Amino acid sequence: MKINITVNGAEQAVDVADNALLSDVLRDALGLTGTHIGCDTSQCGACTVHLDGRSVKSCTILAGQADGGEVTTIEGIANGEELHPMQVAFRANHALQCGFCTPGMIMSAIDLVASSDEPLNAEQVREGLEGNICRCTGYHNIVKAVLDAQANM
Amino acid sequence: MNAETGIGASALRKEDARFITGKGQYTDDINVFGQTFCVFVRSPHARAKIKSIDTASAMAVAGVIRVFTGDELTADGIGDLPCGWVVTSKDGNPMVAPAHPPIATEFVNYVGEPYAFVVAETLQAARDGAEAVSADFEVLEAVVDTGTATSSAQIHENVANNQAYDWELGDKDATDAAFAQADHVTSLDIVNNRLIPNAIEPRAALGSYDAASQTYTLYTTSQNPHVERVVLALFVQVAPEANLRVISPDVGGGFGSKIFVYAEETAVIWASAKIGRPIKWRADRSESFLSDAHGRDHVTKAELALSSSGEMLGLRVKTIANMGAYLSTFSSSVPTYLYGTLMAGQYKTPAIYVETQAVFTNTAPVDAYRGAGRPEATYVVERLVETAARELGMDPVELRRINFIPTDAFPYQTPVALQYDTGNYAASMAKALELADSDGYMARKAASEAAGKLRGRGYSCYIEACGLAPSQLVLQLGAGVGLFESAEVRVDVSGSVTVMTGSHSHGQGHETTFAQLVSDRLGIPFDSVNVIHGDTGRSDYGLGTYGSRSIAVGGSAIDKALDKIIAKGKKIAAHMFETTDDQVDFADGQFSYAGSNEPKPFAEIAGAAYIPAVYPLDELEPGLSEKAFYDPSNFTYPAGSYVCEVEIDPTTGETDIAKFVAVDDFGNVINPMIVEGQVHGGIAQGIGQALLEHGIYDSSGNLATGSYMDYAMPRADDLPDFQVDMTSTPCTHNPLGVKGCGEAGAIGSPAAVMNAITDALGVKDVSMPATPQTVWQTIQQGT
Repeated sequence: MKINITVNGAEQAVDVADNALLSDVLRDALGLTGTHIGCDTSQCGACTVHLDGRSVKSCTILAGQADGGEVTTIEGIANGEELHPMQVAFRANHALQCGFCTPGMIMSAIDLVASSDEPLNAEQVREGLEGNICRCTGYHNIVKAVLDAQANM
Repeated sequence: MNAETGIGASALRKEDARFITGKGQYTDDINVFGQTFCVFVRSPHARAKIKSIDTASAMAVAGVIRVFTGDELTADGIGDLPCGWVVTSKDGNPMVAPAHPPIATEFVNYVGEPYAFVVAETLQAARDGAEAVSADFEVLEAVVDTGTATSSAQIHENVANNQAYDWELGDKDATDAAFAQADHVTSLDIVNNRLIPNAIEPRAALGSYDAASQTYTLYTTSQNPHVERVVLALFVQVAPEANLRVISPDVGGGFGSKIFVYAEETAVIWASAKIGRPIKWRADRSESFLSDAHGRDHVTKAELALSSSGEMLGLRVKTIANMGAYLSTFSSSVPTYLYGTLMAGQYKTPAIYVETQAVFTNTAPVDAYRGAGRPEATYVVERLVETAARELGMDPVELRRINFIPTDAFPYQTPVALQYDTGNYAASMAKALELADSDGYMARKAASEAAGKLRGRGYSCYIEACGLAPSQLVLQLGAGVGLFESAEVRVDVSGSVTVMTGSHSHGQGHETTFAQLVSDRLGIPFDSVNVIHGDTGRSDYGLGTYGSRSIAVGGSAIDKALDKIIAKGKKIAAHMFETTDDQVDFADGQFSYAGSNEPKPFAEIAGAAYIPAVYPLDELEPGLSEKAFYDPSNFTYPAGSYVCEVEIDPTTGETDIAKFVAVDDFGNVINPMIVEGQVHGGIAQGIGQALLEHGIYDSSGNLATGSYMDYAMPRADDLPDFQVDMTSTPCTHNPLGVKGCGEAGAIGSPAAVMNAITDALGVKDVSMPATPQTVWQTIQQGT
């Protein structure tokens, strides 16, 4: 089937198999390998992207379901050379080590902050990132980064 | 020194620029022209004889190119996956290793063991093909339990009693004598739970063969690409060493599980030559659970002999270590030389005797996982010490203090082979108590009790042997490889520098830390240093990254190469100053000579090296590029004190980590931010072991915890903020005074947590993981 999706601001017409996952289409058809595959049960969150402004695990969505939608991946959140405040905060707070969970973690964190009316506290950040697994950092610096970034978003 | 990027500065990481923008290049992100896809067909049985394999239906699936079975590899001369460390039993016999063909031929011995693989045009076709492979199995009785493996059905034809070896260390008679005169003996039966490493990047491989040059290129998720290459070339015999290039690009975490040489990359690189096209494989997470080497899985009886005043007199440990179905790459060394040797801990216990029986079961192979042997040893020692203090009615801190090896006793020879070079255990303990607000504990405990909660406090004072390792010592002990590290420092014409290291970064931040070291020593900008790693085609033979060895061994190799660069720079400068090189000084990036008031910056000397006008070429070769191999003369001995406070809800059994303090002595530290991050991650894995994680096989050998739905990974809301600090006694035998920091957190933390939980509950022992169910049941039973 052919789907029309806007990915990181660019409209795309893509031929996809009926059973193709959004994550596979992003990685394989569109070459956006910043979206990572870390599990097969929608648990790890490494594949998190934004679909129509909300974070979704792209391994849990059929590409066909995204037809007509607007997808933002880790490659699309910076404004040209200017990094997104969440990217800046992750680096400034050493919130990543191997970097594999990082794109999904950043995409989840952006949505977490953006969809909260009130400033989040550490406990709320920890609860909000429960769907993204990091094996390297122990989350300590990720929590710091998200709290740091929300002041600049 | 530059305050932001020099040695000791928390420089922000160079590698982050690509990781935060999605531009990392992990193995599965790499695609090559003409690539095919591979799916492995895995055993559904824990133990079975393969009577026949039917590949015809799979071959009929559209898009399937070839289906391979183990017999085809064997017929082609592909060897077994070897274990690289021969441990010798008490009776003088070498360990017994079963045959381990990469793809099973006659028998399958754990659920998930591959017995065929399908190569197809697309991943979907390969999956469909794998579904269509069928085999006729004669199912055999599976052996699953660690403690009873030796008396169970014999798994391998050549391995009696399912025992790989029965090893000992220490003086048995002296230890028995110490127990005979003890006033008190504390005993514990300890199970160190099986863990599944779970780097978030699943293992992957992309193998290709170029027929024109007869060369093989393997991209794979390895912590040590040179070891991978040497094993595949010399032992498995996939290709001549010269014709095989192994590249580990960005690797998404390892924790030990990516040290080993596995079936999958072996199959992929071998088969790429058979079909004449590149082949890619990436594990699904369920495959990672089944086929990555697991960790820990010990059953131990441990006893500590003490005087009535709490003096530790003797330690006796008997451990059964589960190896799984085969001996993985370094598995044999983990419950022996990385375990028994650590039983002195931070204490001057005079007599220690350790026995380790390594057994086979029909489970996934067990090998090094973050800490590898040292977490198990620390758990034994620190659970015993805390329990002994309670039994003697002593303060557990005081009992430790009176037994610490004093600062004036270094170098200290332990009764279990190691010689500690330096340390100050009381200093770490004092700092940890202060950070933990030890004085306020009773008030916090009272507040918890007022809220209907149980509060407990536990300590753990670990030691580890890192910086693996003095080559000649480990070769004597049975290792099959030396454990030095390589470095090459290439200075460019303009004075910028490229460093090739045999260490491999899969999260540790070497591109930053090593650049800090180079920029600091050469006095050149941090941004003009590039660090290259993970490619056997670009760097010299090196041993890779595990055992917290990279800064202590790899960093020291770089330092040694920098010495050579500076020495040659002095020679060149001497000609320019018209003096001799012993008259030339180098500091802050300037070569200077007392007889001249115009020092030469490093970049000028670099330029002169490559534009050789000023020095005689019959005396001095042009260029400025130096190599070094550094072989450590001893292990390094990071040590620290951890304090954990827990609050338990007795109605649910839920444990909350109310406070976690870690004070580590890593010697000198290049980048404190990165080091603290390593500690955080280690503690998270240690708390994971203590509270959440458990690899469980059912009685027929099925992995009951084969996904993130069943295996409890620590998530953000399971963990507290950590309070991390350091003390420092610089390592005495490497040029940087560094010790290594990668594993400490995972080594020190499980005992601290479990000491706190047993304190809160007022019981002698609780098995890890202390899940709410386990804790609740313990409360109900009151024991």
